[in-house]
Amino acid sequence: MRAQFVLSEIGIGLRRNLTMTIAVVVTVAISLALFGSGLLIRAQVEAMKDFWYDKVEVSVYLCGESSQAATCGGAAVTQQQRDEIQADLEAMPEVDTVFYESQEEAYAQFREQFEDSPDLVENVTAEALPESFRVKLQDPTQFAIVASAFAQRPGVEEVQDQKALLEGFFNVLNKLQLIALIIAGVQVVAAVLLISNTIRVAAFSRRRETGIMRLVGASNLYIQLPFLLEGVLAGLVGAGFAAGALVAVKAVLVDGQLRPNFPVIAFVGWSDVLAILPWLFLTGMLLAGLSSFVTLRRHLRV
Amino acid sequence: MIRLENVTKSYPTSTRPALDDVTVEIDKGEFVFLVGSSGSGKSTFLRLLLKEEVPTGGHVHVAGKDLHKLSSWKVPALRRSIGCVFQDFRLLPNKTVFQNVAFALEVIGKPRSVVDKVVPEVLELVGLDGKGKRMPDELSGGEQQRVAVARAFVNRPMILLADEPTGNLDPSTSVGIMKLLDRINRTGTTVVMATHDAAIVDSMRRRVVELSDGRVVRDQSRGVYGYGA
Repeated sequence: MRAQFVLSEIGIGLRRNLTMTIAVVVTVAISLALFGSGLLIRAQVEAMKDFWYDKVEVSVYLCGESSQAATCGGAAVTQQQRDEIQADLEAMPEVDTVFYESQEEAYAQFREQFEDSPDLVENVTAEALPESFRVKLQDPTQFAIVASAFAQRPGVEEVQDQKALLEGFFNVLNKLQLIALIIAGVQVVAAVLLISNTIRVAAFSRRRETGIMRLVGASNLYIQLPFLLEGVLAGLVGAGFAAGALVAVKAVLVDGQLRPNFPVIAFVGWSDVLAILPWLFLTGMLLAGLSSFVTLRRHLRV
Repeated sequence: MIRLENVTKSYPTSTRPALDDVTVEIDKGEFVFLVGSSGSGKSTFLRLLLKEEVPTGGHVHVAGKDLHKLSSWKVPALRRSIGCVFQDFRLLPNKTVFQNVAFALEVIGKPRSVVDKVVPEVLELVGLDGKGKRMPDELSGGEQQRVAVARAFVNRPMILLADEPTGNLDPSTSVGIMKLLDRINRTGTTVVMATHDAAIVDSMRRRVVELSDGRVVRDQSRGVYGYGA
């Protein structure tokens, strides 16, 4: 095998087919960029889960004087009920820690949280805010056990899972991921068809050469390799652009815009991005290589 | 060297077989003319020897190999032992004479040193020394066919197949090509040439195999193009 010969054949092929090659590179780049974005969104969800699930709590709100819930019976929680609830919470094996927040403490936190809107603070009194137990679970997914045990108890107004609030946000991200992957999938189909067509045109425009190669006894590998490598090269260049786009998204959008504006949220790190990049190149190479290979088997038979 | 045993070849698009129960044996070093009108099966005959087609029935043996049993990855090796020349030359227009001949060696992986040594030798053999840097369209038809012969012969094949090599050439140029093929034949290479050219067949007085409607109707050593010609 003479590398120089194969390389010069690839060069000739790519130049002769420049417009098609560019189309392949662009399609592969878009497809892989979306694929990479899908993976990046998933990494983002994971990063946020790791960050938030340690912090989320289950809030067991206790009845106040004006509570409407059936379990309250129109009266505030009694001292006995409160003590029993606390004891039972602490006895549960799923529960890590229990922290009591009185109406005054809730009010103080409320005032702090809304110090920018004094009107709102003025209209709310400590009595209007419910006292609660803030429960931290061993495993944040086991909310249902706590909820079923306490939701119907006298003196409990409501059991609220902070995780449910996050789930809503994660759902949005997961849908975004799904959309990115679907578009990536459609683009992959387009890329496969384009690559197959490009190889076919290339094989046709070089049918003289390949015909002579077959006649003088060149092996299949020798005849097909330049075409195959042409496809793989275009796929890799496309993957390179996709990788560049992903790095740009991380550097400009995530680090440049989102992180300074949302300092409390955890974002994907460079290690997440670097973990995705090899997959882009591998996918690009396999995508182009396989579609070239299948096309060649159909159009360049010995 | 070449043996066809009861070979039949039918194409799915045609009701009449292209070759019908053909049995021919060609020895090493022979020079054989394959004659017959268009559609008589000459080209199919040659394509079978290259395993570009597989017979519908019968067996084809080339260079000691039963082509029926030859696996597809060994077909290139078979073709390296066979040179081919065509009526339309089939040169690469964007390569020089030297590069055209060298191409046949490069694509079977021969190193540069061999190419640089062998190509000038074969160009001299076909009478084209000094024209290695010319492009094919700067050459006459006869010279182009010499390039094609050089390319077919550069790998020193055991068999040379020629499909109407003089079909595009005037009679005097044709004689030159025939002298060249004769010289190649004298090196021990088996030559099989399909042709319509009665004058050439008659003047060469070599073995003639005549095909008609896919059947061998005549096999004559030192024959002529047609009876009464």
